[in-house]
Amino acid sequence: MNGAGAGQPGPAPIHRTGSDVPFLLCLGILGSVYVVLILAMLVADASFTSPAHLLQALRSPEIRYAIKLSLISSTITTILSLWVAVPLGYLMSRHPFPGRNLVDGIIDIPIVLPPLVLGLSLLILFQTAPGHFIERFVPVTYAIPSVILAQFSVACAFAVRTMRVTFDQLNPRSEQVALTLGCNRSQAFWLVVLPEARRGLVTAAALAWARSLGEFGPILIFSGATRMRTEVLSTTVFLELSVGNLEAAIAVSILMILAAVLVLVLLRFAGSETPVGRVV
Amino acid sequence: MIRLHQLQVRAGAFQLAEISLEIPTGQYGVLMGQTGSGKTTLLEAICGLRRVTSGRIELMGRDVTNLPPADRGIGYVPQDRALFQTMTVREHLGFALFIRRWEPAAIAARVDELARMLGLTALLARKPAGLSGGEAQRVALGRALASRPSLLLLDEPLSALDEDTREEMQNLLLSVQQQTGVTALHVTHNRDEAARLGDTVFQLARGQLGQAPTRPHSPRDAAAG
Repeated sequence: MNGAGAGQPGPAPIHRTGSDVPFLLCLGILGSVYVVLILAMLVADASFTSPAHLLQALRSPEIRYAIKLSLISSTITTILSLWVAVPLGYLMSRHPFPGRNLVDGIIDIPIVLPPLVLGLSLLILFQTAPGHFIERFVPVTYAIPSVILAQFSVACAFAVRTMRVTFDQLNPRSEQVALTLGCNRSQAFWLVVLPEARRGLVTAAALAWARSLGEFGPILIFSGATRMRTEVLSTTVFLELSVGNLEAAIAVSILMILAAVLVLVLLRFAGSETPVGRVV
Repeated sequence: MIRLHQLQVRAGAFQLAEISLEIPTGQYGVLMGQTGSGKTTLLEAICGLRRVTSGRIELMGRDVTNLPPADRGIGYVPQDRALFQTMTVREHLGFALFIRRWEPAAIAARVDELARMLGLTALLARKPAGLSGGEAQRVALGRALASRPSLLLLDEPLSALDEDTREEMQNLLLSVQQQTGVTALHVTHNRDEAARLGDTVFQLARGQLGQAPTRPHSPRDAAAG
């Protein structure tokens, strides 16, 4: 029998836990690999260029055009994405309509589809009869609208995902109470739900903008890479690299990094504020 | 007055069976039942937030069974209070009046009146994040009472409060009900609370309703007398 301790009442042996340091150290090391990788890439970019290169890039009219087109198209795409993401995210979060799971799956398609395939699909879409019909009024393929459409087709999926999660996390009771207080659904949405979803809106906008700015594959296929026409910053990087102009490619990359960081910081700052429209 | 006539409500696999109850105008009804007995489901059905399978809901003699929540004239205080996170206490108290397009001056007067009654005057500029549990409860109560509803529904309003605050809120609920004359239906699983507040106490168990025996004497009677 090995019940040695059973008959011997007395203080239990002191239990000692080991140090938590090795565990936390492992977490830190594994986690920091990724952070260090990101920082190392940025530092390498910065060390490969100089202010002179940046200024030279900024002096080029082609690059100036690409900057302008990138900023304007990303902003338009962001606004369009929010107009779709808010209603779709809200419907999917609050109203179990038939086919909701199907819609949910469809929205994931642009996220998982290879970018080149997405661009090709857009190109083909505008070769169909409805596509030709639209092109009779608005030239899309290889024109500026194609840039916005290519960005929108991916960025909107991220915005919808973000808004869906945002509405899922809000307490549906607030909206229900608003209904009992005399609101119709529209009033409850505009006065109670949307203000509470403000942070999610800011995040969705930031994500959509950043995705649009970095969009490349679909734009290359669907819009082409025509200088002074459909050239956005990511196209510039590609074009400069393809002719061996590494300095210009890196200078433009740095510009994109700066623009993205600036917007993310601005949006983060705006998201922490709570400007509330007065209701009464 | 509220009258439920053979009300049937389904919530997923759960079914409330033919509930009939009546609370006369100005009376304080308490609905008791264990967690999961269907109390919240019943309140949601009365509010119009949940479809009823059959039966009738009458408020002040008016059949409201198929009316949208907004048209029922019910003040609802949910268990988690569900305050509007972006609004100040003042905006909460004025919300129902703003929706009813009251004049700003009338809203301001009513908000002041509610704030005085509920002891919220000093907190009018605060947002929910800056309120204690008892304060948040009073805001939710004020928000529900603002448009002078004919029925006040309270879902476990005291369950998340500490002992002292609970005592204070019980007194407040009694005085508010006496001042406003509103008919109240208060849901709780606390026997003392039911005894202290209720003119009539109903018992809900496994989707069936029974009336609890009338109390021999109530502190309310003593207070009134």
